[in-house]
Amino acid sequence: MDKAKRRTLKVLGSTLGAAAFAYAIEPLRAWASDMSLGELLQKHYRELTPDEMRAVLARLEADAEAKYGREVTIEDIRPTPGVELGYALNLSVCIGCRKCAEACHVENNHDRTTNNSYIRVLEMEQGSFDLEKGTTTYDHAVPSPGKYYLPVQCQQCDNAPCVKVCPVQATWKESDGIVVVDYNWCIGCRYCEAACPYHARRFNWSKPEIPAEEINPNQSYLSNRVRPQGVVEKCTFCLHRTRKGLLPACLEACPTGARVFGNLLDPNSEIRWVLAHKRVYVLKEELGTRPRFFYYFDN
Amino acid sequence: MRLTACAAFLVAGCAKPFQHGEDVDAGSPSFSTEIHASPKLTSIESAETDGLGRPVRVACVTCHGVRDAGAGFPENAAVLKDFHAGLSVAHGALSCKACHVDRHGGPPMLRLATGEELATSDAIRLCAQCHGPKYQDYLHGSHGGMNGYWDLGRGPRLRNHCVDCHDPHVPKYQPSRPVLPPKDRFVTPAPVGSHHG
Repeated sequence: MDKAKRRTLKVLGSTLGAAAFAYAIEPLRAWASDMSLGELLQKHYRELTPDEMRAVLARLEADAEAKYGREVTIEDIRPTPGVELGYALNLSVCIGCRKCAEACHVENNHDRTTNNSYIRVLEMEQGSFDLEKGTTTYDHAVPSPGKYYLPVQCQQCDNAPCVKVCPVQATWKESDGIVVVDYNWCIGCRYCEAACPYHARRFNWSKPEIPAEEINPNQSYLSNRVRPQGVVEKCTFCLHRTRKGLLPACLEACPTGARVFGNLLDPNSEIRWVLAHKRVYVLKEELGTRPRFFYYFDN
Repeated sequence: MRLTACAAFLVAGCAKPFQHGEDVDAGSPSFSTEIHASPKLTSIESAETDGLGRPVRVACVTCHGVRDAGAGFPENAAVLKDFHAGLSVAHGALSCKACHVDRHGGPPMLRLATGEELATSDAIRLCAQCHGPKYQDYLHGSHGGMNGYWDLGRGPRLRNHCVDCHDPHVPKYQPSRPVLPPKDRFVTPAPVGSHHG
């Protein structure tokens, strides 16, 4: 083969190669048109070094300001050793007012158009445990005679089906018992949403719409920062509050004091008193999910 | 054989109860729990409203500090003709005297069944003498709302007072309309204005 022919083929080949490569990544470029390179190349949460994490948080804060017109603080708050967070709810006291769901809606920067919240309150027939028969759309004065009210949110299972089915490990259980989602790693396949027996996960069908003045600016990476479109989200026991020792927003909003929160490892905590002295049960115990969310009755 | 072991493992796996890690000694809390000092304990709503439409509250001592309550307590609230006229009472079969002290002048006081007098701000002790189990729950954080820190090693906590949620004269929790109806695609909202449930 003479030199000229070889050169021609080389040039042609490399041109074709470049064209083919450009053509091959075209869909990716179109899909990522609203995505910065930093976001595209971001590592998994658990692989980020402290410096990388700082850069990611700064980028997310700038993004939030650009997209929502509000200056926010996004922290990365880690679990405290010696703490396992637990929640208990007194069904004898809950009146179904849904103030917990509303507080969650506000605290966790949920989409305003869908009234999204991590909590669903089921109105149940007294004497029935069938969640299928519960209704979430009741709109009359509560408590209604013959009914009881069952608020359901993420149960932070020890044996969590959602974690098992995630094909990309975008959701996992942290040392304090909280099951979290890396919203930047989630691919939006919704396997976890289908796997959750408590219907606790939500999918962002559209970009969450929140007026700038209503945004809660105290945010964290794993919990209440405004989630991107096309990812799954869930209750995190308000980890941006509870990992600092504060009570969750739903508990503070509860007018009846039906909710009890604390450290399961502290034998003197309120929640341990409830577990020791009340008639406690968990939802769908037969599934073996081992929740950290307990329901109980007074006598 | 392997199948049996597998089945046994599955059953045992499902039957395993919830278990948390090793207990820790959280030490004694460095912050305290405060009970909300409700204005209801020392004042009463008047018919006047302020600029925001809220009823103006009048301190009990405004009248009771200087005037004589008259010829003792009435048998029930229905015969009140003066300032507390129209007070509704639905608290078992209690008469006014069961909790209130019939005094002439001086700040209003409450009275335990033992006859011991209490300042109105100590009303929880009065409630607790009949509502013991609820009081036990309250002391252990399983009754009554709160705000602040679950971890008293890191910050204080504010507890509701009994009267924040319960009117002592009509203690039953009053029904109210729920907020934030869900609007996600899994639910068909009840038609607007319908009140079925």
